[in-house]
Amino acid sequence: MRYLLRRLGHAFVLLIGVSLLTFLFATLAPGNYFDEMRLNPQIAPEAVAALRAQYELDRPLPARYVAWLNSTIHGEMGFSFAYNSPVAPILISRARNTLMLTITATLLAWGIALPLGVWSAERLGRLPDRLLSWGTALLLVIPDLALVLGLLVFAVKTGWFPPGGMVSIDFENFTLMQRVRDLALHIVLPVVALVLSVLPLLVRHVRAAVADVLGAPFLLAAQGHGIRGRTLLYRYALPAAANPLISLFGFSVGTLLSGSLLVEVVMSWPGLGPLLLESILSRDVYVVIGGVLLSTLFLVGGNLLADFLLYWADPRIRRESSAR
Amino acid sequence: MKDPRSFKSWLIVLIVIHTVVACAGFFAPYDPIEQDRKNPYVPPMRLHLVDAQGYFHMRPIVYPLKLREGSFDEYEEDRAQPEPLKFFVSGARYRLLGFLPSRLHLFGVEGSRIYLLGSDAYGRDQFSRLLFGGQVSLLAGLLGAGMTLIIGLCIGAIAGYYGGWRDDVLMRVAELFLALPWLYLLFALRAFLPLAVNPLQAFFLIVVVIGAVAWARPARLIRAVVLSAKERDFVRAARGFGATDLYLLRRHILPEAMSVLLTQAAMLIPQYVLAEMTLSFLGLGVPEPVPSWGNLLSSLQQYSVLVSYWWMYLPALAMVPFFLGYLGLASALQERREAYKIERRSLGSLM
Repeated sequence: MRYLLRRLGHAFVLLIGVSLLTFLFATLAPGNYFDEMRLNPQIAPEAVAALRAQYELDRPLPARYVAWLNSTIHGEMGFSFAYNSPVAPILISRARNTLMLTITATLLAWGIALPLGVWSAERLGRLPDRLLSWGTALLLVIPDLALVLGLLVFAVKTGWFPPGGMVSIDFENFTLMQRVRDLALHIVLPVVALVLSVLPLLVRHVRAAVADVLGAPFLLAAQGHGIRGRTLLYRYALPAAANPLISLFGFSVGTLLSGSLLVEVVMSWPGLGPLLLESILSRDVYVVIGGVLLSTLFLVGGNLLADFLLYWADPRIRRESSAR
Repeated sequence: MKDPRSFKSWLIVLIVIHTVVACAGFFAPYDPIEQDRKNPYVPPMRLHLVDAQGYFHMRPIVYPLKLREGSFDEYEEDRAQPEPLKFFVSGARYRLLGFLPSRLHLFGVEGSRIYLLGSDAYGRDQFSRLLFGGQVSLLAGLLGAGMTLIIGLCIGAIAGYYGGWRDDVLMRVAELFLALPWLYLLFALRAFLPLAVNPLQAFFLIVVVIGAVAWARPARLIRAVVLSAKERDFVRAARGFGATDLYLLRRHILPEAMSVLLTQAAMLIPQYVLAEMTLSFLGLGVPEPVPSWGNLLSSLQQYSVLVSYWWMYLPALAMVPFFLGYLGLASALQERREAYKIERRSLGSLM
């Protein structure tokens, strides 16, 4: 149990560190949201100064950080200049969409990668394995951007999928079934893009991990005892290969989050990505900080989940932590 | 890919690509920002060996494109005026490798313009833009990777060699950087730097931003190498003879890290080119009219371009060999390293 608590504490310290880091960058940055007003001759310099004072942009860094922490504890995460509202509600509605995308993609990617990697490792060096290796290499070298754009071209040319957005215009008037169908149609393309971008990496790692275990002496011994086929694979080989794969799971969450940033912007999925881009362009600092922090939170959450899984799957870690 | 020759062949592929891009002025028929307002969105021209009359030519010919009757964006080949492809023609001025002034181009046509990959909204040649854009993107990748490796080397060496509180602090910070989704981090860093800058400033800005983000992984790898290297017998012996820290690091420890550095470079460069592409694509990187692989594709963000002008997508496919080359190089390097490790291990057990 101490192991899990330590990981939890670690995650918390990490979040504080990230918030400090982004805050530091934010203050070192030249320019702020009200700079454009300063160029406008219709607005008096005093008014701009008053606005800056109102939003506490003129106070020193530590004071602003403390004020921001305070508002975060109260569930506001600072104030968005562009939306004229606390940051948290804006972020949450966007984050829900991002999560919907990344969770679907994570599940799907692992659901495909695990059987495919195992299947390939069983046939190591034979024709299907080599074909798959070439396939993953090919997917790996297509730049993400080209992949996303290619899917968009495909959607436009065939007309099978809507080329962007999350729901149709008249979504409000749909019945429940229509809504589900509409959403499902819209989510296909971004999810496929995300899955394809992360799949080759996963398949390769699963294959390597399983192939590693399949060559181990204890499996030869198990085979010698007459255990074979599926039992050998699922009962003996997979648990031994689980450790690096679970660590990879945490990593894949991060990759998918980064990937979804681009996918969301290109396919106009109303998630954190477009919001972040928009707030960067308008220098809406607290939204940027909140967005980065929230994505870190997801990543840390993914890693924590991996830690929990590891604790559950690997007896060595359990023993180590209870021995201390 | 067990073949030791594969390393060399990937290297040759990459050298060819880099040479073509570095000498873009020679291989591209036109200046990348030269506009031809009469020919917007011209589709890629086809090279013919057999002309309209059915005669065979040794020299490829192209037919200039003209607007189809009664349409405003559909072109057809003007069969009346075949244009033979000429090699080593003189055309727009450029500076080879940035300093040698020249007008010589590998190929071109005399009467009209040749668009191998079509043209964009301003009638600029996409092929030329692809090559010149490669200069920006590749340079950003190379410089960024170099910067990351230098930062990673310094931090990894300090953390591994001196250990103690320095190690603790540096590795905690490294974990912080590893924990952030890197694209978000890239965005956050870019967010807090000036937006409206000239192309040259923008270029160096993104090189610095990209280079500063991913130092954590190489730093950790190098720290591990330094940790194991500083306990080797010859290093201890050298220290016993009074070698200074700097001398030890430079002469005995860092050579051990070379293979890690090379493998990391082969992985980082394509990743950074991709990062530059992403930033420029989203309008946060190198601004128009300077071409880069990112803003070459950014016109595809418009729905109309996506629907009607499919050849704007071709540059994306043309970049694939570059990424393939680096992937091949990285895996060949990795295999070499592993073979080396196994060799050393078996030697160790012998003695």
